Amino acid sequence: MKLPSRRILAVLSVTALVASACSSSATPSPAGNTPGPTAAVTAAVTPAPTAAAGQTPVEVVSWWTTGGEASGFNAIIDAFNTANPTIQVTNSAIAGGAGSNAQAALQNRVLAGTPPDSFQVHMGHELLDTYVTPGYMDNLDDLYAANGWTTQFPKGVLDIVSAKDASGATHYYSVPLDIHRANVLWYNKTVFTSNNLTPPATWADFVTDAKVLAAKGITPLAVGDNGIWASGMLLEVMLIAELGSDGYNGLWTGVTDWSGAKVTAALNDFKTVLGYVNSDHSSLTWDQAADYLIPASAGAQPKAAMTMMGDWAAGEFDNKKFTDYGWIAAPGTTGVYDALADSFGLPSKAQHKDQVKLFLTLLGSAAGQDIFNPYKGSIPANSTAGHPATGAKQYSAYQTWAMGEWKADSIVPSLEHGAAAKPSWKGAVEAAVTVFVANPDVPTLQAALVQGCKDAGICK
Amino acid sequence: MRISRDRVISLLVIAPSILAVAVFVYGLIFWTGYISTVKWDTLRPDYTPVGLANYQSIFANNRFLMDIRNTVVFTIFFIAASLAIGLLLANLIDRRIRGEGIFRSIIVFPMAVSFIVTGVVWRWILSPGQDAAHPQGVNQLFGLDPTSNRWLTDAHVVYIQPDSPVYGVLHDIGLGFITSPNIGVPIALLSIVLAAVWQMSGFVMILYLAGLRAIPEELKEAARVDGATEWRIFRHVVFPLLTPITLSAMIILGHISLKIYDLTVAMSGSGPGFATDTPALFMWQTTFRDGEFGRGAAVAIVMLVIVAFVVVPYLVWNRRQEVEA
Repeated sequence: MKLPSRRILAVLSVTALVASACSSSATPSPAGNTPGPTAAVTAAVTPAPTAAAGQTPVEVVSWWTTGGEASGFNAIIDAFNTANPTIQVTNSAIAGGAGSNAQAALQNRVLAGTPPDSFQVHMGHELLDTYVTPGYMDNLDDLYAANGWTTQFPKGVLDIVSAKDASGATHYYSVPLDIHRANVLWYNKTVFTSNNLTPPATWADFVTDAKVLAAKGITPLAVGDNGIWASGMLLEVMLIAELGSDGYNGLWTGVTDWSGAKVTAALNDFKTVLGYVNSDHSSLTWDQAADYLIPASAGAQPKAAMTMMGDWAAGEFDNKKFTDYGWIAAPGTTGVYDALADSFGLPSKAQHKDQVKLFLTLLGSAAGQDIFNPYKGSIPANSTAGHPATGAKQYSAYQTWAMGEWKADSIVPSLEHGAAAKPSWKGAVEAAVTVFVANPDVPTLQAALVQGCKDAGICK
Repeated sequence: MRISRDRVISLLVIAPSILAVAVFVYGLIFWTGYISTVKWDTLRPDYTPVGLANYQSIFANNRFLMDIRNTVVFTIFFIAASLAIGLLLANLIDRRIRGEGIFRSIIVFPMAVSFIVTGVVWRWILSPGQDAAHPQGVNQLFGLDPTSNRWLTDAHVVYIQPDSPVYGVLHDIGLGFITSPNIGVPIALLSIVLAAVWQMSGFVMILYLAGLRAIPEELKEAARVDGATEWRIFRHVVFPLLTPITLSAMIILGHISLKIYDLTVAMSGSGPGFATDTPALFMWQTTFRDGEFGRGAAVAIVMLVIVAFVVVPYLVWNRRQEVEA
């Protein structure tokens, strides 16, 4: 049977294949927290830093491209370039995905042996396991000794940025520029005063408050866990609340038993609290959830009363001109500072080590940290900082409160922000939490967490 | 034997593309295959051979099994719905209605939109809203209750439950494995199917429309003379002649759905309980977030094999058709 359709079909199939190939190859970076494959492309085309004649170009990669964090980082770079006219530091920023795009691009460059002179990375295991253990970074022991940082940074921070070598000697691998706190409970003040409630100090108090709020038609706790890390943060706060700072730290070193009764209690708390969250949590990002605390109009009832989020939430509220918010340490974690930090290290194959060390010295100094942190909304990691120059941007009410807490609290590393465990272990915890929020079964979650510790090579 | 001048020139002209494809497609496939058999589990390359350990580890990973389930379910629903809607639209447009060009363009236009844009918009439409008092998107439009119409956030998986009558029967005849939640239909995934069908059914319509227009009117006339009803003409004359179109459409849609990544990432990421997770997302996170390059390569190879199952028979069939013609 011969039909003219055959030729048409042939042409059509080719056209269709071409069309579909085009549509599937044009894959832009996704909007949410999950990184897209475009990051690899970005890395390949990152332009070389430009410098005037006689100046040494120093390239620093960050993921700060907009808002206060970009303003702050540019301010500190300007200050450095003005003070060091022979050096030109440039910020090769890679936008998107809370740094995950930048991390993928950086990994490509480090693997290819052409890293930037320094780059932004979360302090702790994200740096240590990804870059330090495979031998891609130089230590910064000389900078720490020369600047007295071993006494200026709190012990909790020194523990997180350092690693022991085979002989047991401690080495420092990055300079923390800022400190964020993950365990903060944010609440709408009017909702609490008009219902005669006080912000909960424990998760038991939380349940009491939540019952009152739920009866009034207000979602007690707003969660936006698209990309799951917001629920992962809830879990880490539950673990701190039940285990305390030492017990929680022990989880990541193999000292605390993941199958123990206190972990079970924390997981049960987690399950209880998930009963008081908005039902659309899996389709929201953290900032959309935070916006649930903001009433549609003045005096209206907001959609939610509280949200548990890191202290970057203050910036979200300020951006939306919302002032009626209060904060306390997350329930059960008063006196514990669940910390994460952006830090900068020194790649072994950096081109301009002497010059970039000067820049790193400024990043770690009290003066440098007081330029950057008022913009970023974080607090300085250096305990001698906290006094910005007159005329420069000053610290906010929240930051002043947080600096006071920072000096008094015990410091623990955040899991979800790369400080506590290596990325594959964090991935395993997130996988278990993803299943748990859909089907909250405590024994399944606990078994997965126990297995995660074993797979990470920490637990036997 | 002398090789003609033409032949030399044609070989020279085609050589760059052959070389490029050999290196950048087949070379990298072999490289990925090799990486999938080595230890490489940090940023530092480590070529210690580990045999099939990476494959064992991903097939022992429940997330990966759910990803395979999602891929199969998505492919079946997406292809079936796109073909059905595309065929229906093509037949409606084929009535030679007024303004056909306008309708055709309107229906095909979604295909011109990037999957990422489709994903963002459908995410707004299919986000349910936080509770009964605050519906959003489609729930707001139709006055539905967000607590029972969960759309993208629905974590349920429909599978054969222990209280189902066939559960015992299946276990008795040794097919008990079918009753796992990993052999089921995640409800949230159907929302993704909805968006994908919206985007691609117009394309299927164009394929079918070309096929319909290529069918000689005489065949239908002959059937009418023989007293066939319009339905029987469609069923026994038109539809069989559309078979090659259907097959082409299935292959094109099939390879899109097996590789789907951007749409799910834009709409819901991994979704509640990995209801909308895909092997591509798992591969990306395993490789570039966790630094497990060997394991990520193993996922890539499994994806390649699955796609090959669909594409290779098509290529063979196509080749045979060409030889016959």
